[in-house]
Amino acid sequence: MQDYQNQKSTVLDIVNAHLSMPGNLLPILHGIQDTLGYIPPAAVEDIANALYLSHAEVHGVISFYHYFRDTPPGKSTIHICRAESCQAMGGKKLENHARQQLGIDFHETTADGRFSLEPVYCLGNCACSPSVTIDNEIHGRVTPEKFDQLIAAGKGVAQ
Amino acid sequence: MTRLFISRDSTALSLGAEQVAAAIRQQAAENGLDIDIVRNGSRGLYWLEPLLEVETGQGRVGYGPVQPADVASLLEHGLLEGREHPLYLGNIEKLFYFKKQHRLTFARVGLTDPVNIDDYLAHDGYRGLKNALALQPAEIVKHVTDSGLRGRGGAAFPTGIKWNTVLNAPAEQKYIVCNADEGDSGTFSDRMIMEGDPFVLIEGMTIAGLAVGATQGYIYLRVEYPHAYVALNEAIAAAIQRGYLGENIQGSGKTFHLEVRRGAGAYICGEETSLLESLEGKRGLVRFKPPLPAIVGLFGKPTIVNNVISLASIPVILDKGGEFYRDYGMGRSRGTLPLQLAGNIRHPGLVEAAFGMTLREVLYDFGGGSASGRPIRAVQVGGPLGAYLHEGQFDTPLDYEAFAAISAVLGHGGIVVHDDTVDMAEMARYAMEFCVEESCGKCTPCRIGSTRGVEVIDRIVDGAEKDKNTELLRDLCNTMTYGSLCAMGGMTPYPVLSSLNHFPEDFGLQAPKPD
Ligand SMILES: Cc1cc2nc3c(=O)[nH]c(=O)nc-3n(C[C@H](O)[C@H](O)[C@H](O)COP(=O)(O)O)c2cc1C
Ligand code: SF4
Repeated sequence: MQDYQNQKSTVLDIVNAHLSMPGNLLPILHGIQDTLGYIPPAAVEDIANALYLSHAEVHGVISFYHYFRDTPPGKSTIHICRAESCQAMGGKKLENHARQQLGIDFHETTADGRFSLEPVYCLGNCACSPSVTIDNEIHGRVTPEKFDQLIAAGKGVAQ
Repeated sequence: MTRLFISRDSTALSLGAEQVAAAIRQQAAENGLDIDIVRNGSRGLYWLEPLLEVETGQGRVGYGPVQPADVASLLEHGLLEGREHPLYLGNIEKLFYFKKQHRLTFARVGLTDPVNIDDYLAHDGYRGLKNALALQPAEIVKHVTDSGLRGRGGAAFPTGIKWNTVLNAPAEQKYIVCNADEGDSGTFSDRMIMEGDPFVLIEGMTIAGLAVGATQGYIYLRVEYPHAYVALNEAIAAAIQRGYLGENIQGSGKTFHLEVRRGAGAYICGEETSLLESLEGKRGLVRFKPPLPAIVGLFGKPTIVNNVISLASIPVILDKGGEFYRDYGMGRSRGTLPLQLAGNIRHPGLVEAAFGMTLREVLYDFGGGSASGRPIRAVQVGGPLGAYLHEGQFDTPLDYEAFAAISAVLGHGGIVVHDDTVDMAEMARYAMEFCVEESCGKCTPCRIGSTRGVEVIDRIVDGAEKDKNTELLRDLCNTMTYGSLCAMGGMTPYPVLSSLNHFPEDFGLQAPKPD
């Protein structure tokens, strides 16, 4: 876990840049996660103070949304689609393969810190299921073999 | 200079479109060829992506699916002159899949450069807005009412009636909110519009603003669509620069501002009141209705909430008139529905067609049957809250009322195909699990009922007191249907009961197939 003191000014800059925006909480949280990769639990206090919200309100919002995370992700985040269309094309097999290959379950990060694995319910790539994203890069018709190639090629991590 | 087209659409990218574009750029440079690559939207014939099109004297010629390794041989065979090659497809618009469609809302998708406003204008863009600027608000609304357009987000509520309510709600500030949360598995039409023709959505929202007197719009975009986010923001910047957004639009004195806001991975935020809560910066808890969002919506003000496709259909309606649009379709389902063919299907993609085609035509004439070559066994129409249909129901016409009559929904037009290897008890269980995962938690039948549902299905499949537990599952579904505040809990029984009724053998039950 990083020292929040190093992140505090980043958080405050993002918060201050959004102060006059109506409905600014989600844009602020996105801004923080875009920059730091997650929302440090210690940031909740600063956000709450600036927006005149309670700690519980801000925390409640962060925990409501699947996308926001309060722990640092691995160097790359892999999202595997679990929705119906992908299931119809072997998505379950891919899911199991990925977990085994990486040695982690969903919501976990590999011991070497390279990959975090997250489930996602639809990527809108249903015409070419099963689908996976590695960071912002999307891949369709992902077989277990193709998954291994993507991982071996260090997709995401290299950047 | 020769113009080439390679899509920037997410699905095309997921199959390697970026690498194909890079290979062409590189080899063209090495060979001193003068080319320009336009990154268009997708034509929606996804089994042919990455699709490469070339502008020639005889029109556009397509090749696909292209991989980077094909580029050298394509260039050798005379790609730039549109010559023969094993990947040659000819004019894409002459292929059955495309020719048999009625592309009204998707008229430009795949044809133009999505973020080039001049290209948009050259292809009939902003003609609807031009007409709207010359009309009184009530006249704009009348065109929409006359068109018979019903909301394409799922609930199929008449758009004209919604707009009229907002028009007649007195307020200093009103809002136009575009629901771009597109959470249903098997759907991607919103994404295709936003990546492939974002101006048509911007124009539709601007017209909505003029129609009801709203000066601010928001697009609530799911975070899973990063490419749409980029395309929308590029298009919005271009529209502002050219005086199509902001103050004094085209010298009319009218104002409309537009902003994209990202969701954060909650399916329930597609429900319109949950979406409004989220836009306000809160947890996405569903609101009680009434009051309707049209009266008390975003920040307590009268608000139009419409789906991407509903709003993107407005420009053609204002351009050609409500009657033009209404002439397509059947019964009370007017106009066109962009269907999305997904899952285990040979020819997946976007099929925009007038209401009235049968599901069978879509699955076999367009879709070409399953991708695996095995028999199609179950088809889920209308997203995760939609019913599973069996072979005996494939002749149902795609029409809101015809689907309602067989306890099914068209929803947002997503069609997910499963072959005969599917385990329908597993799909029913998944539907309950999904509800557990995505429930906003406000009401008990949804939050707790779905958890119980998973357990009961497990017990049935395990063979424990099958009859008693089947009865219990039906009771539970009944409670969810009638005791839930919104369609999340209220419609989860659709996929569950349709699985149980049409495919009892997968639950180890022998009940006769009721139809
Ligand atoms: C659980 C749930 C999820 C929904 N998701 C979406 C969605 O992703 N996109 C959408 O346009 N409508 C969605 N809807 C429907 C909206 O509540 C609303 O009816 C729609 O945005 C209105 O726009 P329309 O009239 O243009 O369809 C959802 C509804 C429910 C109950
Ligand atoms: S039915 Fe479910 S999602 Fe809808 S309001 Fe109730 S708890 Fe929330």
